[in-house]
Amino acid sequence: MNRLGIWLLLLAAIALPLALRSTFYVDICTQVLIASIFAASYNILIGHARLISLGHAAAFGVGAYLVTIAAGRYGLPHPMAIAAALAGALLIAAALAAFTLRTAGIAFMMTTLALGQLLWGIAGQWVAGTGGENGLTGLRRPALLALDLESPAVFYYVILVCAVAAHFFMWRFAMSPLGALLRGARDQPTRLTALGHDVWLIRFIGLVYAGFWAAVAGVLYAYFHEFVSPQVLSVETSIEPLVMVILGGVSTVAGPIVGAAIIVLMQQVVSSYVAAWPTLLGIAMIAILMFMPGGLAASLSRLWDRARFRRIAPRG
Amino acid sequence: MWTVQLLNSLAFAALLFLACAGFSLIFGLMRIPNMAHGAMFLLGGYLGVAAIRLGLPFWAAVACGGVTVALLGWIIDALLLVHLRRRESAEVLVTIGVSLVIANVSLLIWGGDPLRFDPPDAFVGSLRVGHLIFPKYRLVLIAMAVALGGLLYLLIERTRIGAMVRAAVDDRDMARAVGIRVTWIFTGIFCLSCFFVGAAGVLAVPTLSVFPGLDGNILLLSLIVVIVGGAGSLIGAMIGSIVVGLLYTFGPILFPDLAYAALFLPMAIVLAIFPNGIFGKQAS
Repeated sequence: MNRLGIWLLLLAAIALPLALRSTFYVDICTQVLIASIFAASYNILIGHARLISLGHAAAFGVGAYLVTIAAGRYGLPHPMAIAAALAGALLIAAALAAFTLRTAGIAFMMTTLALGQLLWGIAGQWVAGTGGENGLTGLRRPALLALDLESPAVFYYVILVCAVAAHFFMWRFAMSPLGALLRGARDQPTRLTALGHDVWLIRFIGLVYAGFWAAVAGVLYAYFHEFVSPQVLSVETSIEPLVMVILGGVSTVAGPIVGAAIIVLMQQVVSSYVAAWPTLLGIAMIAILMFMPGGLAASLSRLWDRARFRRIAPRG
Repeated sequence: MWTVQLLNSLAFAALLFLACAGFSLIFGLMRIPNMAHGAMFLLGGYLGVAAIRLGLPFWAAVACGGVTVALLGWIIDALLLVHLRRRESAEVLVTIGVSLVIANVSLLIWGGDPLRFDPPDAFVGSLRVGHLIFPKYRLVLIAMAVALGGLLYLLIERTRIGAMVRAAVDDRDMARAVGIRVTWIFTGIFCLSCFFVGAAGVLAVPTLSVFPGLDGNILLLSLIVVIVGGAGSLIGAMIGSIVVGLLYTFGPILFPDLAYAALFLPMAIVLAIFPNGIFGKQAS
């Protein structure tokens, strides 16, 4: 994406709430932004590290739960609650990474799925801590300076600032030497080891860094809904960013944002008619993997190429 | 009380083994990771409930669950998995997609309340040995798991079909060259494992009942069984099932709210010492 494109996109994002009359649509835009942070954090894993984690909801969900418990139940000041939630989620992400990185490839997927499911099970069962299946309420959006965060438009702008910062830092990370090492560990782990790099450590840092931004998305999610339930730790929550990233295009900056927009819009449209969102998510996932493994962007450009080729090529 | 709990946990382990043996086998031998496995268990349970409601006898309901799920497995294999052979991460993701669809459609059809039916009259009640009382149905489950384990062992190690499977797994090109229909064998074993999972789902209804979320629980437990026991090993699946069965039954008694956390223990230990599982065959 060139610089002009970024500025245009940002301008559009700033103008959006002014153009949309209904607060319902502003809320959808806020959800897209939060989902895009979560998806971009997953992009570090699947795109740059090719670590297909099926338990990425762990950091997201733990962040959401911890901020709700800290600020909602124990009444901690919000900055402290957020810091505690992020620190707790980072610890969980680091612990999970330490275990799951003992395995590779398909065993890695299974182990991440198992540990993610374990957290989901605990969240559903531990009534005293997490409220069990009923979830937890009690988190309220704080007053920020003179801003009323309960207003959808104001909250949207706060989230926009967070999202811009998140995408910037994740882009910086991908462009940094560490990001290059992560891709090196993806493509040529043996050579990288021969060059004296610790592939395990590189992947560990990648997982923890991705976990951090997933936790940020989780905290923002908790403030948006003012409610958490075991759903935030479920397989669906782990799968959604994966579908978003593959749909939008792997290892690009715009991919996760485009994918998040498509998936959140689809979810909103479908959920207002039937309770069949997981079915649609499942079908979307199957369709993407069967028919367009490169993602929507690659498929579109291939179609475009084909159309152009047909115009140029002589018929015969 | 502890003996009864021990028997309960063995009965649960038996159920788990019935559900996992096929999963572990197709994953370990053929490298097909079927993540829709928990959802197939759930679907088997609901189909069993539907069959019993139609007035079918117990064993017919078990067969109905097994056969329908096997047919579904055949469709999934023919439509999706055949095109993804050797692309394991794509297989994982596609089968997860399938499991989301199965679980959600089951919820839309059968609703959110737990459903169950009673075991047939012959298995109701309990058996007295001295001063110990054992529910009959649980003994039946344990007997079936032992029988299935023995049958699968004989099938893989002692029969011509088993030899063909092992040949196809070790060197599929050479197996093809000597005239073994590798594709058919893979599809056949896949459907067989789906049959077992579906039938296990029906058998589980009298003790566990069937409810939304059961798919996630079973998937988690079978993953732990495979991670602990190692993929592709029947002994591993058996040991793993027993470990998980014990923890899953005694966990809630010892730590009521955090039974799931107890399940983390065997996984953590095994991952730290044997990343491929205790009886795992392949280096991953």
